[in-house]
Amino acid sequence: MAIKTDAVGKEWPATTYEVGKEKIGEYARVLGIENPVHFDREAAQAAGYRDVVAPPMFCVVYSAPALGPAMFDPEVAMNFAAMVHGGQEFVWGEPACSGDEITTRAKCLEIYEKDGKGFYVFETVSTNQDGAEVARGTWTNIVRGV
Amino acid sequence: MSELSAGDAIPELKTTPDKYLPHRYAGASGDFNPIHIDPEFAKAVGLPNTILHGLYMMGLTARAATEAAGGDPESLKRLSVQFRGMGAPETEIVVSGEVKSVEEGKATIEVVAAQGENVTIRNAEAEVEL
Repeated sequence: MAIKTDAVGKEWPATTYEVGKEKIGEYARVLGIENPVHFDREAAQAAGYRDVVAPPMFCVVYSAPALGPAMFDPEVAMNFAAMVHGGQEFVWGEPACSGDEITTRAKCLEIYEKDGKGFYVFETVSTNQDGAEVARGTWTNIVRGV
Repeated sequence: MSELSAGDAIPELKTTPDKYLPHRYAGASGDFNPIHIDPEFAKAVGLPNTILHGLYMMGLTARAATEAAGGDPESLKRLSVQFRGMGAPETEIVVSGEVKSVEEGKATIEVVAAQGENVTIRNAEAEVEL
């Protein structure tokens, strides 16, 4: 069965996420990160940050709301029961700090079939209130038996 | 400034996620996929039990690379991973890595996360600024 590729190139509406100090701390704590720049405003500012700074992988928190509608789009038609998260890349720019307002746009980069599996590749681009890019994600989902 | 040279092993990061870690990670990240938190659901879709979030293990990989570069969160510039084996709670995770190259103040580190023989993240490549 040929895989549906109509959604390649499709973009979804941007979402906005306001970064909060306690949310950063919660995320850092679950990963066991102890650097005070993630918990303490004075420590963060002493290290040169505007405010408490997020660990790089906090990008999943602010970019996921944009990705959800893309993954569940009927035009993408991904079979969730047979899907695994196959690969992930992030490239970071400006740090994300408490108080930042981050806007994320999601786009479908590629859909293709290889070795009987479907590959669905999405991109998220997140920018802060000054228009600077904070993170760019490439999300690869693999569906078995397409 | 951190000193890293090609061929160096980065310090190993070892952690054993407790039974409720996936619940806390779900809350912290917003990813409440039931395969990570509901054993009955996980078994119903053919998994042995609940499994760890892949992005949690990627988070540990990011932490290991960042700490190898001195700990400043801004030092991590890029990280790409491939998820392979499934991770299980209550089993030790070891993240290890090797510096592949150092050029113009940037180091490229190859990182692996494993639970015993089960490699959960492979072909991970981190780029850190020194």
